[in-house]
Amino acid sequence: MKLLRLKPGHGEVVLAEGDLEVPEQERELIEAFRRELDAGMWAAVPTERRDGRREAEMVRSFDEVPRDAERVIFFPRAAGGAGR
Amino acid sequence: MLLPLSAAAIMAMALLWELALPRLRGSLPQLAHELAARHRARHATDRSRRTLASGEHPRFGQQGYDPGRELRAEQRARELLRSCVNEEEWAMYRDLGFLRMWAPTRAPTHTGGAPYAYLVYPHKPIVAYVPQTGALLNEYCVAFPDETRPYGSARLPDADDVLAKWMALNADERRLIADANMHLPGRQVDPQQVHEDLARLSRWERERMDRLQRAVRTAPSSAAGVVIENLMKGDSNSARPLKIATAYTPPRPASAPADRPPPAGPVRSSVRPA
Repeated sequence: MKLLRLKPGHGEVVLAEGDLEVPEQERELIEAFRRELDAGMWAAVPTERRDGRREAEMVRSFDEVPRDAERVIFFPRAAGGAGR
Repeated sequence: MLLPLSAAAIMAMALLWELALPRLRGSLPQLAHELAARHRARHATDRSRRTLASGEHPRFGQQGYDPGRELRAEQRARELLRSCVNEEEWAMYRDLGFLRMWAPTRAPTHTGGAPYAYLVYPHKPIVAYVPQTGALLNEYCVAFPDETRPYGSARLPDADDVLAKWMALNADERRLIADANMHLPGRQVDPQQVHEDLARLSRWERERMDRLQRAVRTAPSSAAGVVIENLMKGDSNSARPLKIATAYTPPRPASAPADRPPPAGPVRSSVRPA
């Protein structure tokens, strides 16, 4: 599993990468996940339905991340845009 | 001898002046306009050179702006977007510069189609509209500012901004809409531009469908199955309208109600032409 973060001027950055079956790596992933949520990021998991349709689901804790997810993408939380 | 010659010369000059005057009247304002435009362009170029030399982005007033870095970031962002969205949506963004998303809420309508759809532009409000009529519903002004500002700017690359909107709309439409500022159409995105984009989208879908049909006709049967499968992968959506419009029809007046409007956020009713 990879934890990615969208970043201005860079594109995505790999925050952490590991195998959930390895306890140490899982712990690192959980720590990185919490750090991002504490920094105010939103987390989404890109998913694919059985018919091949791609979707995304938001997750609020590491427990909500599907075990077979390949990526979790963090991005800044939404804010009402400028009401010019 | 000299006097008649002078008189003749004066007469000739007066006649020439009379002949040239209408033409001059027409071309002098144009000439003045051209000179003014050149003057303005020269000043703008000088200003841009000065701001670029100082490392400040002319558009965002951002220190340390590096066009090469931004380009690389955008390329990376496009690859990520491509890997996350459906093939049809990626092709739409690549070719048209925006995404159309059907209403993620699976609300049945009397036509069985999507009650509304969104146009997702990079760094512009999300525009909700009725696919069947083209009537614009609302603008949802939303941004994803990264306040850590790693390179001086809080703006994500364009494709990342689109991906963030896509993920948020897809996964939790109501949460995103609740966080957005809702405005009537025309506040920031020019409605004329949106209608042109819808017409482009309609053309694009028609051409894409034609290409796929041609591919199915010419491909061997096993390959045709793959083509159809890919087409379905990109296009299948239980919420899309049942009827694929063959041409974009201009919107009806706002009096035509949507089957089911998108969720409401805080309304700012002031309308300002974009």
